[in-house]
Amino acid sequence: MADTIGIWVAALLTLFIFSFLYKDNPLYKMAEHLFIGVSAGYWVSYLYQNVFKPNLYNPLFHQGKLLLIIPLILGLMMVMRLFPKIGWISRWSIAFIVGITSGYYLITYLQTNAVDQVRASLLNFSQINNIILVVGVLSGLIYFFFSAEHRGVLGGTAKLGIWFLMVAFGASFGYTVMARISLLIGRMQFLLGDWLGLLH
Amino acid sequence: MNRLRKSEILLAVLFPLPLFLGIGGAYGQDSLALAPVAKVTAVDTPNDGGGSITVDWEVSPDEAAGKVTTYHIFRASEGGEFQLLGEVSSGVTKYVDEGTRDGTKYIYAVQAIGKEGKSALTKSSPVWSRGQWFNTQRTNMLLVLLVISAAILLYIRKARAGGKLFIRKIAGLDAVDEAVGRATEMGKPVLFIPGIMDMDDIQTIAGMTILGRVARKTADYETTLRVPVCRSVVMSVAQEVVKEAYLDAGRPDAYDANKINYLTDDQFGYAAGVDGIMLREKPAAIFLMGHFFAESLILAETGFSIGAIQIAGTAEISQLPFFITACDYTLIGEELFAASAYLSGEPRLLGSLKGQDVGKAIFMAIIILGVILENLGYHFLTALMTTG
Repeated sequence: MADTIGIWVAALLTLFIFSFLYKDNPLYKMAEHLFIGVSAGYWVSYLYQNVFKPNLYNPLFHQGKLLLIIPLILGLMMVMRLFPKIGWISRWSIAFIVGITSGYYLITYLQTNAVDQVRASLLNFSQINNIILVVGVLSGLIYFFFSAEHRGVLGGTAKLGIWFLMVAFGASFGYTVMARISLLIGRMQFLLGDWLGLLH
Repeated sequence: MNRLRKSEILLAVLFPLPLFLGIGGAYGQDSLALAPVAKVTAVDTPNDGGGSITVDWEVSPDEAAGKVTTYHIFRASEGGEFQLLGEVSSGVTKYVDEGTRDGTKYIYAVQAIGKEGKSALTKSSPVWSRGQWFNTQRTNMLLVLLVISAAILLYIRKARAGGKLFIRKIAGLDAVDEAVGRATEMGKPVLFIPGIMDMDDIQTIAGMTILGRVARKTADYETTLRVPVCRSVVMSVAQEVVKEAYLDAGRPDAYDANKINYLTDDQFGYAAGVDGIMLREKPAAIFLMGHFFAESLILAETGFSIGAIQIAGTAEISQLPFFITACDYTLIGEELFAASAYLSGEPRLLGSLKGQDVGKAIFMAIIILGVILENLGYHFLTALMTTG
């Protein structure tokens, strides 16, 4: 019985969301607000159970890892935003997050997006693929070179670079569209099979 | 007494009989039938954060004859008993124990195992793990970082001294003012969507710097700016950024924190909410700047359907095709990160952008040189660029 009710609710909400394809309407609005409200509540519970408790509360208060007082204080400083007069305190937490992120990812990005890519581009020309790869990398890099106007040889090479990028994006587009269609098929299978029982 | 002696003699004769007859395979398995491995060396795993010891050994002399099938690796805390830690197949001479406690002394032992039996344990010297402060395999990274940082600092200095730094036109960024101006003329709001990731994502940070510039423009033009966000910390940062921009523009009264609101952490719940905002508030300009995933096309298509001018920017390669097809302008990858410098024209940021261009020029030179060397059969540059 509970399963049947669940299937009916899911099917009707799916149709309400699909009604957006026609135009905005009260049924879509209802489904949208329900979706946002339920998911926000779900995430509060999820983050409490899977982030706050295992990463801060339990280690700090049950395992005695006192170093975790620092993130606790930073978190409390963030909550100060709720009090306009002392809301400025939260800026310290924000500065900490942004600073740590920038510093930490500087190395990660430099390695994965630069040095490792350069290393992977040092190829011999025994295969045509290697030649295409090296030309594509160099022309793409020239497109992202901001210090010179894209004119003459530089402009031509940058144009070649953007062609390489567009071909790659085209392939990625087709691939992702296929993945989205499989999502649609999954939803249709739910509506026609689980809900209406037309598919076996 | 005599009877007892007879029974003892009988037992003594009968007990080892099955062994001579080959009955009871267990004996064969337990015998030290194989030659032990020659040497076991255990060292703290280099260039790691601790908690790991690497064990090496020389194969058993019986391996060449095909008698060894596996090696068992044992570990004992100093003074404790050996416990089986793991096994590797014959031919392998290395095992990494990644479950050590830093500072605790361990002794490792390796034993060859085969169908005919096993060898005696060969033990290592005591060893303990610890974390290293410097990963020597990343020295090349340090050098690259130093060179790029030096270039950035030099250019910042030059910019501050009044030197002119040329930056080529970036079409998508030139359109920012145009888009805000259009929204002002139409009396409609500007919608800024900073992606769905948190502040620990470098693309979100880049999106925030562009938000600052957009907010400054909307403050100047007295246009409504809406920023629905997917993460609570992003909401706090966005509020601070917009507030600062309105203060700079001399319009603190026009700042409305309620226009920068949290929807939900859920990806598609957020997409549904933003779609609703687009349809009901009909923004004339939409900025999608940050880290996007599958919701990108839903957002960009809805923005397109309401006729808004759309400027998108992301470094997420799989989502760029959707923005390119559905938006008026798209900042591709690094253009997103260059945006803050380009838009503000601030010497510090411009110098940073120029310094990064020096880095790109160096990388291009390395690629050209490296490819030439590879084709000539020299691989040292490739080895030099390999990171650990």
